Order: sequence, then C-alpha cells, then structure tokens
Amino acid sequence: MKKRTHGFQVLLPLSVLAILILINLIKGADYFSVTLINGALYGNIPNILFGASELVILAIGMTLVTSSSGGQDISVGVAATISSSVFVRVLLGSASITWTTILVAFLISCLVGIVIGAFNGSLVAMFNVQPMVATLILFTAGRSIAFLIDGRLSPILANDLTSQIGSVIPGVPIQTPIILTAVFIAVVAVFLKATNLRLYSEAVGINPRAARLNGIDPVRIKLLTYMILGVCTAVAGFIAVTKAGRHDSVNLLKFCEMDAILAVAIGGNPLGGGRFSVSGSIIGAYTIEVLNRTLLRLEVDPETIKAFKAVFILVLMVVSSPVVRAYAAKGVARLRARLDATVAKKPRDPEREEA
Amino acid sequence: MRTQNVLEMRGICKSFPGVRALHDVSFTLRAGEVHALMGENGAGKSTLIKVMTGVYEKDSGQIAIEGNAIHFKSPQDAQAFGVGTVYQEITLCPNLTVAENMFIGRGRYAFVNWKRMRERAARLLDSLGIPARPTQQLSSCSLAIQQMIAIARAIDMDCKILILDEPTSSLDEDEVRKLFSLMRELKSRGVGIVFVTHFLDQVYEISDRITVLRNGEFIGEYEASALPQFELVSKMMGKALDDVARIRKHEPSTRAGETPVFEATGLSSAAGVRPFDFSIRKGEVNGFTGLLGSGRSESVRAIYAADKVTGGDIKIKGKKANIGEPIHAMRLGIGYLPEDRKGDGIIADLSVRDNIILALQVLHGFWKPFSRKQAEAFADEYIRSLNIKTASSATPIKSLSGSNQQKAILARWLLTHPEYLILDEPTRGIDVGTKVEIQKLVLKLAEEGVSVTFISSEIEEMLRTCSRLIVMRDRSIVGELTGGDLTENVVMRVIAGGS
Repeated sequence: MKKRTHGFQVLLPLSVLAILILINLIKGADYFSVTLINGALYGNIPNILFGASELVILAIGMTLVTSSSGGQDISVGVAATISSSVFVRVLLGSASITWTTILVAFLISCLVGIVIGAFNGSLVAMFNVQPMVATLILFTAGRSIAFLIDGRLSPILANDLTSQIGSVIPGVPIQTPIILTAVFIAVVAVFLKATNLRLYSEAVGINPRAARLNGIDPVRIKLLTYMILGVCTAVAGFIAVTKAGRHDSVNLLKFCEMDAILAVAIGGNPLGGGRFSVSGSIIGAYTIEVLNRTLLRLEVDPETIKAFKAVFILVLMVVSSPVVRAYAAKGVARLRARLDATVAKKPRDPEREEA
Repeated sequence: MRTQNVLEMRGICKSFPGVRALHDVSFTLRAGEVHALMGENGAGKSTLIKVMTGVYEKDSGQIAIEGNAIHFKSPQDAQAFGVGTVYQEITLCPNLTVAENMFIGRGRYAFVNWKRMRERAARLLDSLGIPARPTQQLSSCSLAIQQMIAIARAIDMDCKILILDEPTSSLDEDEVRKLFSLMRELKSRGVGIVFVTHFLDQVYEISDRITVLRNGEFIGEYEASALPQFELVSKMMGKALDDVARIRKHEPSTRAGETPVFEATGLSSAAGVRPFDFSIRKGEVNGFTGLLGSGRSESVRAIYAADKVTGGDIKIKGKKANIGEPIHAMRLGIGYLPEDRKGDGIIADLSVRDNIILALQVLHGFWKPFSRKQAEAFADEYIRSLNIKTASSATPIKSLSGSNQQKAILARWLLTHPEYLILDEPTRGIDVGTKVEIQKLVLKLAEEGVSVTFISSEIEEMLRTCSRLIVMRDRSIVGELTGGDLTENVVMRVIAGGS
C-alpha cells in the first residue's frame, strides 16, 4: 500500500482495517500464516489482495471521477462487463491464443473502455448531466449490450494462458491479479507524479469557474478522468473474466459499482468533488474486502451478510462525518487544555480517534 | 420642539476571533434626520449596522432607543422596537405580488384577508408616492421600485429608525431621485434614517449629519454642511490630504505612433457589453469606471475572454491575435484578477501554495508539474514579498482573511510576470493598509513596464492610480478622461451623464 497521505484522511480507514485484522487475530492466531502451494503463496492476506484486485482498480478511477465532476459513475461494473466481453470475443475469434493475441485483445478492450468513458464523460462534461444520471443509461443497458456481444452465450475461456492470468503463472510465487494490481497502482502513481492531473482535477472539482479563468478547461479535464476510469474498468473486467474463466454477462462484477463508491468514501474523499487521495481509496477497497471476509470467517450467514455489512458501514460513516469530527476535535482540545493546565507536560499530537 | 435622539449607541465594541471589528464606537440618530454612515470597506459600517439591527450582539456598550436602554438579542427584537432595515440586495420574493411582499410573514394568522391586504398596500403605496399596483408581480417592477417597496414594508412595521444599506448602488440617477424624495417624505414624518453609501455626492445631497468610521473606530460626527468633501475623504482614508497625494502616478512617456501592448476594436461579449474599442500602452495604468452594472467588469472580462466573446478584433503589440478562451489570453501575457474573489478567484479547498502557482503551472503545461520544492519556493517568495499572513504555504486558502486571499491571487498573477494585468476591484473588502499596498504595487508594476487596467468602485482610488479613465454607462463607453479632467467632479459628472 502506498504511504503518501493527506493529513488524517487515511487515518480512519487504516484504523478500521487494524480493528478488522485484530478481530480476525482473536478469532484465530494463524491469520497471517501463508502457505506455499505449487510454488505460489496462499493464505488470508494473499487471498484478500487477490480478491480485492478489481475493486481497487475501479476505486482508483472512481476517485478521479469523483474529484473532477463531484459525482460518481454507477456504470463501472457494467462497463467492465462490456469491455471484457469484447476482450473475450476478440480472443476467441483469433486463430490461436498466444500472449500476443491476449495483449492485442486486452488493448482493444481498453479502447472500448475509453470509448465508454468518453461517452459518460461527454454527457457529464458537455451536457452537464448529473454523473449518476448520465451513467444510469449505461448501467441500465450495459449488460444487455455485453450479452449481445457475447452472442447470447456465456463464452468459456478454456486455455492455460488466460487461466494463468486469473490465477498463477508457473514459477511466479504471487498470484497474477495481485501483480497486475500492483503494476496498475504504480502506473497511476507515476502518472499523477508526472502530470498536473491532481491539481487540475481538484481545481475543476472545487471551482470550475476559477479553474477556467486560470486556463484549465473543465470539460477536457472531466472527460479525461472519465476516460481514465474507462481504462480502469477495462483492466478490472480483464482480471475478473480471467479469474472466472468464462464471461457471464449477467453476474460478472455484479454490485461492484457500489463497493467502488464506498471505497472512495471510506478513503476520506469528499464525494462532492475536489481534493482526493488515491491511497485512501485503495485502503478503502481493501477494507471492504477484509470486511467481507471477516464476516464470512465469523460464520455470519451468507444470506444476512449484507445487513451486517450495512450496519458496519453506517457506523463508519457516522464516525467519519464532519459533525462527529468537529465534536471530537472540540473534545480533544478541551482535554488538551486540561492536560496543559494541570501538568506542564508536552502536548501530544491531536488525534481524531479519541471520540 | 427640540430634536430628540431616537437612537443612541455609546461605546460599542464588537470582536470576532482575531479581528476587532468595532472599538468604542458611538452613533446617535435624531428623529427626522438623514444620517450618513461613512467609512471605507472594512471600516466597520456593516458590523455597526448589524449590531443596530440585532443580527450581532454587541460585546459591550449601550444602546438606547428614545432614551430607554435596550439589549437586542435577535433581529426580531430590533424590529419590535421599530428598527427597519433595507439591504443592498433586495430580499423580497420576485414571484409574489407587491402586496404579498409587503405583508408576507407578518400576520399572526394562517389565513389572510386578501382584499384588506390589497387595500392597505394600495393606501401605503399611495401615501408614499410609490408608482406600483398591489396586484403587480414584484419582478415586473424596476429595481428602484422594488427598493421602495422594501422600504414601504419596513415603514409599515411602524418603524422609527430606518436603515438603508447602500440602497442606491444599483439604481440609475432618475431612480435615485425618486428614492430621495421618498426619504425626504419619511424624514418629514419624523423617521430617523441611517444612510450608507459609497457615493459621496449623494451623501451631500440628502444627509444632515455624517458619522465617519475607520478601522472599526469612531472618527467623528459632523454636520454635513460643515464638512467639505475632501476633508470627509481624508477622514475616511485616515491621511492628511497631501499624504494621499504623495503616491505619485507614473506617466508613461507618450510617443505618438507607439504601438499599444493591447488593442481591441469592436469587442463585444455574450455578457452584453456593446462593441467597444480599447487600447493600452506599455507601462500605462488605465481604468474602467462607472456605476455598478455599467458594464465596466463585463468589458475587462471580454478582453480576457472570461465571458464568451461575440465579436471584435484584437492586436497584441500590433499583431493580430485571437483570444477565445482565458488560456489564450494567459499565453499572450495577460493576467486577470476577477471581481468575484470567492466565485472566480480562489480555489477554496486548495492550499495557498497551489493557489499561488496555479496560473504559472497551467502555462508551464500539463506534463510538466513543478517539483514540490520549486512550488514551495515560488509560493514562499510571494508570501514573503506581499506579506501574506498564513500559517504555512500548505494552509487551505479558505482559512485566510479576505485581504490575504486577495494578495495570494495577486501573487498568482505576479508569478506569471504578465505584460498586461487586469485588476477588477482588487481592493474591495480589504483593509485600508492592504489597499494602499496594492495601489503602490500597481504603480510600481507600471514603472517596470507592465500595463495595468484597474477597476475600483472608489473613484478616488482610481484617480490616484490611473492616468486614463474610461467611463461607462449602460454598457457603453461614454467618455475617456486624461490629464486635467481627472478630478472627482468631472468623473462623477461623466458617470452621471451630465454634459
């Protein structure tokens, strides 16, 4: 996980993550144990990293879109389904499946993702449609489109190479989706470092009028972030379909859009746009995955797991809300004042968590 | 009968975290007088008014109405004691009728006798000579009439004290005359009127007495007839007049045939400015002046393409150029400090550093971000040289005071080393010290060869900085003043439309 943080923004998801891991440790001390099976590492931690791959990638794109447009894309799961259906179609249509054809098919699916992003983005940026409404269009129609691309079937990827991408490449001790996610995070980090995307997107998200008067084109920046999200959905779709081994246009990455938005929120990013922390969202995504697995481990009935999850998230959102934060800050200040008054002790760092 | 004080305020103090807004301020209002409350922006006028109307509670001091000590806890309290207020922005509902606007929210009953309400409204409008029908929709009335209806509403609440906060700023001359005759009518009925305005000649036209505030302190109370206009200005400024005059204008050597840095012909924009011609020489400071809504801001926005440009040709140093978007203007060396600092200027949640480097960073390019160290160096340089008061360069700009925010935006443009800088109301809502600093800075820039267009609603400030004034009225240029014509009298006359 990346370490670059904005103040306290990632403190909350990190401490939540810590609490969840603690619960797991109490349940069984072997939580961190890792075993080597057929030359690859398995265990709770690798499984979490493996399971959260798509969500992490989607959350990164969702963070950018949230920052620039102050809204969320609810069609990411559907977009991933469409681009991966194109991937499967191109791949199965080629004469033989090699690393080259996989790469070509993947790049074409990325292109599809960019086109989808441009479609959503232009509705948002040029026609000023509310992001959630704009992406509702594809959310509604997308799985049918994927179904048509699939040729009304759910095609199966029965070959070694794609299943290696979805699981393990012989000789590599880490599961491939984990590596792909890490590479993707690195690429995003480099891109953010090498460009002004952060500054531009934050400026556009906070005050588009002022951004324009300073030479930034809000339309272009919003469009750009949606196209980047398009790439994210293509990569997520690629990983999901290679994991599954078949393209099920009805169930692939179902409900993941809400988890992606949740990851952004848990990461401390204001959903109204502006400043953002990609690392926060990444931690948020892993937190959701850990939460899911913890509930399973605590033997919560799979049918009721969603209700438990909702309660947990409710508590988390209330604790991190500005109201509680302001209250906590006041409490901390009073505590410090009393401490300073009684003992001339050196004051500790103010922590939000004491509420 | 001896004139009696309807309102007496003594030793009023009011502080906000970190700011002393009012310190030991006194104010007395007699029945049947118009009393002007004067001071520059930030002098404490609006704070004093808010104490008068119960919006703010005073920290200390006494308020007495007709000799009885009173402590307002809320605006409703103040209203109950007969204090009526009409604010600069009209706070009525445009989609309701005149009568509804006059009585809404005042009845104790859920049901309204519409017929009686209309009759009462008609009587009141008639007695005040306001030319409006009770059944007319408010939005169909002119601004002046709306303003008068707001006053009628206040009057009808049986008020003894009427506070008019910049009532004339959006009115034309004819409308101002109508408003003044209404004020005289109220005066004769014994209402005490507190009048706040920026227009000096209006003060002298209607006021009996003047109270001057400066930096939250009481400077004095004067009979209007005994206080010459220039003395009033110097009391507001807090400087002897020759001190004011000491800031010297830089007169660029006028060489005939010199190509202007910027030249526009027939420029117009979607914001509704009529096509106008404009040019500025190297090292010149000129200004657009006119009443609010005269089109002065819209004109400079057209130059910078802040509003959509609908026509006109532009030449930069004699060469034809195309400015369709702000970024084009920036690339041509033009900087623009907007009038609306909050809406157009600052990026509130971003740090002071990001706000300062923004324009230069954009010019530098999307693919070439400054390193953290470099950005910090840029920001620190200007935080120091402009004396921007901020905890650090990483502090969000929204937590700075207005003056310091404005300096940061100024720093943003200075950092780009513009050849032509447009400053729209750079000194509005800013403390007097900063104001003078900014004026000096403008003149220093001009000496260094930067061309500056300066807009201020305070004519006196423009006279001190500009060597050429372009006067606007009704979205057209109506005059251009230089040299000996640059006096307040002449400017006012041209603005007002006298020959």
